[in-house]
Amino acid sequence: MDRIPILKMGDALLITIQVDMHDRLAIALEDDLTQKIVQTRAKGVLIDISSLEIVDSFIGRMLDNIAAVSRILDAETVVVGMRPAVAITLVELGLSLTGVKTALNVERGMTLIGKRVATIRGPSGRERG
Amino acid sequence: MAESAADVLPIRSGDDIVRVRQQVRIRAVAAGFSLVDQTKLVTAASELARNTLDHGGGGRVRIESVDLGGRRGVRLTFEDEGPGIPDIARALQDGFTTGTGLGLGLGGAKRLTNEFSIDSAPGKGTRIVIARWKSV
Repeated sequence: MDRIPILKMGDALLITIQVDMHDRLAIALEDDLTQKIVQTRAKGVLIDISSLEIVDSFIGRMLDNIAAVSRILDAETVVVGMRPAVAITLVELGLSLTGVKTALNVERGMTLIGKRVATIRGPSGRERG
Repeated sequence: MAESAADVLPIRSGDDIVRVRQQVRIRAVAAGFSLVDQTKLVTAASELARNTLDHGGGGRVRIESVDLGGRRGVRLTFEDEGPGIPDIARALQDGFTTGTGLGLGLGGAKRLTNEFSIDSAPGKGTRIVIARWKSV
């Protein structure tokens, strides 16, 4: 079965969605990602959707689910690289992705996650709490 | 109204939904749609194809290029022999769902297209016709 690779980048996990998602692939991704968050103690999840030509409510729900589960596991999700035509369509569709943070590209997404890590760890660099 | 040959594609699996999206994209490009208009039509098609699969138990879509007095568009007809929609007005409301989705499918597809009609009754299946025209 196909699986979407999950790459570790510092304190974040990077997922690049390049293929047309279908149900099984989406479910496998949610499973893999939650395990990987726990294994790597990642503080952030970056989902790059710059290759996606459309985002329908199925994909939107998947992104919301991933963000919700990640949040419970103490990782923040940032969706990056949404195409302008996709953004326009999503709003008209009625999907505002309220539970998901977004950034224009991977670099800006990493900056967001970096700030969160700095807040958690504090100036000493050690994890608090 | 001049029409070119229609494609009829089955909707029996998630992979079929991907094929429907690809074929609708090809028709939208051929009709001269802008990228935003292509994206809106393909997204509406994806929502309705998923409804056909999840709620209608599978069915088919007919994809046609249409030309109304020089104005080009794409018309899609989704059909299934599933349980039908008992309350269409309610099914069109955002947030109403009997499945596992967000309930945006029908209302969302309606907003993304220029023409939208539903013919459905309990036990008789569902037929949804949408069309989008090239923006002038």
